[in-house]
Amino acid sequence: MKDIFRSNNQQNRNLKPDPESERITENAKNRRSRYLSDKSARAGVLICAALSFVIIIAIIVFILQEGLPAFIEVGLFKFLFGLDWSPSNDKFGILPMIVGSLAVTIGSMILAIPLGIACAILLAEVSPPKIRNLLRHAVELLVGIPSVVYGLVGMAVIVPFIRDIGGSGYSVAAACLVLMAMVLPTIISISEDSIRAVPNKYREGSLALGATQWQTIRHVLIPAAKSGIAASIVLGMGRAIGETMAMIMVIGNAVIIPTSPLDPARTLTGNIAVEINYATGLHESALFGTAVVLLIFIILLNTLIFNFLKRGNSESGST
Amino acid sequence: LEKGEGHFLLNRYMSHKTPKLIKPMKYVISISFIILLVIASVFLIGCRNTNSSSNSQEISGVIAESGSTTVQPLAERLADSFMDKNPHVNVIIQGGGSSVGIKAAYEGIVDIGASSRELTPDDPPVEKFLLAKDGIAVIVNPANPIDNLSIEQVRNVFSGNISNWNEVGGADHEIHLVAREEGSGTRTAFHDMVMTDEDGSEDRVSRRAILQSSNGSIIQVVRSDPNAAGFISFGYLTEIVKAISINGSAPAKENAKNGDYPIVRPLYFVTGNQPVGIVKTFIDYCFEEEAQEIVADEGYISVK
Repeated sequence: MKDIFRSNNQQNRNLKPDPESERITENAKNRRSRYLSDKSARAGVLICAALSFVIIIAIIVFILQEGLPAFIEVGLFKFLFGLDWSPSNDKFGILPMIVGSLAVTIGSMILAIPLGIACAILLAEVSPPKIRNLLRHAVELLVGIPSVVYGLVGMAVIVPFIRDIGGSGYSVAAACLVLMAMVLPTIISISEDSIRAVPNKYREGSLALGATQWQTIRHVLIPAAKSGIAASIVLGMGRAIGETMAMIMVIGNAVIIPTSPLDPARTLTGNIAVEINYATGLHESALFGTAVVLLIFIILLNTLIFNFLKRGNSESGST
Repeated sequence: LEKGEGHFLLNRYMSHKTPKLIKPMKYVISISFIILLVIASVFLIGCRNTNSSSNSQEISGVIAESGSTTVQPLAERLADSFMDKNPHVNVIIQGGGSSVGIKAAYEGIVDIGASSRELTPDDPPVEKFLLAKDGIAVIVNPANPIDNLSIEQVRNVFSGNISNWNEVGGADHEIHLVAREEGSGTRTAFHDMVMTDEDGSEDRVSRRAILQSSNGSIIQVVRSDPNAAGFISFGYLTEIVKAISINGSAPAKENAKNGDYPIVRPLYFVTGNQPVGIVKTFIDYCFEEEAQEIVADEGYISVK
């Protein structure tokens, strides 16, 4: 290696033989322009950072400002816990949508967490490299598929399948199955990374004590990676609660509180997307109010992620 | 190798041989920031420009229309044939829904709004032009044996009072309702003509109904579900779903025109003020015989 550098340096020296005096002025110039470019780069980074911050604040202010009339005119309690959403009768209660969003998020998580963690363990610890590469590419591909395609597959395959069980097929169950496929890649890739990040000495120590591979995974690796796995679950929840297009296509969009997985429902995101075309006045404001509630959900989830990651860091720092 | 690369650069830097090597990187960074900012500002200026130019659309020969998705396919064909005759005029047709169309026309955002429902006192005051009439058909899956329902039965089916097909002479299956979302012109018209009595008492479309946001997606749901029932505009009728007779009258244009078929609504073009210039030319054209033939050809009921 060092030989290569030396020869490179020699080449340069041969190409550019510069006298002493020239070198000094050159250096002074360079130092100044370096200083300037350094400053401009710093300013550029600062502007970009400030811009993204301003955009986020502007969005929050705008949503709050547009949604506030709904909170005031409908009343906060009636808005959040009202059972009846009927804009043409001036009734704006979003509880059915809150329940709908929570139902599909929790339902899809129940399906996706065991699958995702199992797949992450396989990728990180068990599978031979060839299969691992193949699977990882497949998982990465899953991330890139647009949600409308998931929705289409859901409409064409999952909805008729659910219809055979009962109901019209456009249901919470169909939505959960579609969402499961959509959040799996998030859970798999982040869980895999965090299992991989467990120091090798843990594995070696466990195996040296006579533990089997499964015992090592179950009692050493998973507990050691638990903060990363928890973060992956919460990130997956964030994706699930924010998903719009695929949900509209498979969940049926009826404004009722679902009493069985075969019932249709409506999510908070779906409520906004389905109705914004026709909304004016208080109705429009109520949709922005829906967005405020959604925003609060997302902020709560993000705080949760932050806490998990912080706890993970302090744990690994203390050991 | 990465480590080696670092040393490599460091060596050059320390030896004062070619300190320029480090500079271009930073230039690239700062230049790309400048380009980014320029692009951003161009976008901002561009946005402002399009906003201010919308007022001068009449002069430049552009007519903007938006509103009811029911009127949209008809408006597109009328616009095409109008543009064939007047190649320097550009008619832009957009959807958005009846309420949006009326509001946009009133506010001057578009030249013409389209409404597929009767205007109400809640709507802003606009000039309206009865472009055509449209029937609303109740559709079921082709596998469904039902051919005819009374309007009372339709009302009870969609309000949820009748929840099984065997109550109206069909097979023993739960009825899966499919409707448009609230605010849609088709749903409003259906509500006014089917779900509302003359004395003003009304039923709501069942809250358990699956809601779809266009005529096309209602067709898609009904064609794939043997127990579904939905309602769509005459203009969207196809062979893949079965449109049933109401009160013994088939959902056909002739029956709608002579008053036998009970669920018929108006389709309007609306403008904020009395139309002038090319907007007036276009609206006048829509009432000529040729344009009304297109109306009939699209499956709507011509007003001539």
